[in-house]
Amino acid sequence: MSSVLYDVPGPRAQRRNAILAAVTIVVVAAIVAFVVWRFVLSGQFAATKWNVFTYTTVWVQISSMLLNTLKAFAAAAVLSLAVGFVLAIGRLSEHKWVRIPVAVITEVFRAIPVLVLMMILYYGLPTLGIKMEPYWAVVLALMAYNGSVLAEALRAGVESLPRGQKEAGYAIGLRKSGVMMLILLPQAVRAMLPVIIAQLVVTMKDTALGFIITYHELLYYAKLLSTQPGRPILQAALIIGGIYIVMCLLLSWFANWLEKRTHRSPKNPHAAQNDPAADDEATMTSVIAAQDLGRGGA
Amino acid sequence: MDVISENLDLWQQGIGFTLLVFFFGGLIALVLGTIVGAMRVSPVPIARAVGTLYVNLIRNTPLTLVFFFFVFGYSALALPNLSNTVLGILAIGVYTATYVAETLRAGINTVPVGQAEAARAIGLPFGQVMSVVVLPQAFRSVVPPLMSVIIALLKNTTVAAGFGIGVLPLLQSTISNSHTRPGTPMEVLLWVAAIFVALVMLLTWLQRALENRWRIAR
Repeated sequence: MSSVLYDVPGPRAQRRNAILAAVTIVVVAAIVAFVVWRFVLSGQFAATKWNVFTYTTVWVQISSMLLNTLKAFAAAAVLSLAVGFVLAIGRLSEHKWVRIPVAVITEVFRAIPVLVLMMILYYGLPTLGIKMEPYWAVVLALMAYNGSVLAEALRAGVESLPRGQKEAGYAIGLRKSGVMMLILLPQAVRAMLPVIIAQLVVTMKDTALGFIITYHELLYYAKLLSTQPGRPILQAALIIGGIYIVMCLLLSWFANWLEKRTHRSPKNPHAAQNDPAADDEATMTSVIAAQDLGRGGA
Repeated sequence: MDVISENLDLWQQGIGFTLLVFFFGGLIALVLGTIVGAMRVSPVPIARAVGTLYVNLIRNTPLTLVFFFFVFGYSALALPNLSNTVLGILAIGVYTATYVAETLRAGINTVPVGQAEAARAIGLPFGQVMSVVVLPQAFRSVVPPLMSVIIALLKNTTVAAGFGIGVLPLLQSTISNSHTRPGTPMEVLLWVAAIFVALVMLLTWLQRALENRWRIAR
């Protein structure tokens, strides 16, 4: 096992690695032991602290709060994908009067922190006489921010495509919309799928910001639970944290699975061998070269 | 403009706290992130496993929840009292460290193995392989993504406002709760947004400048 940092370890390096491993174990064990010791000392493992979680109603409440989190996430994800496509197409436009305003909007919404956007919608708009539900403040703020981030990703995906793709589209008589919809965007989405899903994981995590503007989601409920008898604040945070980690890990795993799947199909040589119609650039060039040679000979 | 000129002391305080959380949070993130990043690429399997566990756990936890643990959870452990600001700085440092670690690891992995093998083949010792061959190349590909992490850190400082730490967005509640201070929540928040847009643009410009300066000619 050789990497850029080290070679296959010899006897001395093996000894040193064993010492480093021992040091790591000791340091990590010390940190864990310290935390557990504080937990024991402040009575965090006492039954009264965990008592709340033996009630069915608490779990029913937790699942309804989980549903609220997922509702905000689902709406924000769908809307930000839609906004992302619109802004990406707008920024790739050939008309200056479309391209420049869209570029400004994208850059500004990328620069404003999501929490400030949420606060503008929730605390700011009532100044102008518009009352907004926390749910919509969360969803719209996440839509604006993640929409502009996704737009940048899609634009980068389109711009990374070889120019020949677009030219070939025009050559077979497609219009601008056809070239974008049928040729450029499908390839850009495929190339950028890992980035898109990673951004959706960020969206899921950012729904927790709704806690600060009193949206009734998981973290809000954790705070609420901590006022129950026994004040189980760490316990509530641990359980809610576990739920978040599981949700985000599931999405990340889905992203990895999708990435592997998409990598398998288009340009992988093993797949290409089974597909006689596979035409990557190299084979096309060699076919054209062969045809030219043939013509020259005749 | 009353909202700025009449509340100058509050704005100064808000910007001060934001920069305080930004700098010290960034410092913790860079130090801790470098340690975890080194663990993630080390030849010691147990260190790699610990690094991976840390990164996966924290990266899949919302920053708000990390703040929740530090600010509310810490006091439950009956440890010496720390102010919310210090706890917030710790929370944001611990959270951002995972992103720093991943950026460093990705940067090291962009250096071709052949570079280090060639360096070892001409007899350079480990220290020189690192300082003369591997790290200069890794550094160049690390700078732009690391700047992105730092920009994200700057924006994340706003979360501290939800936990009573005096960063900029907290001005909204401070001003609307006092009867003598001028300014509506909308005005205050739009100015806060404008300040962040300006700061992020400054950092983005810096990122571009550094990127152009250290671009790899391959």
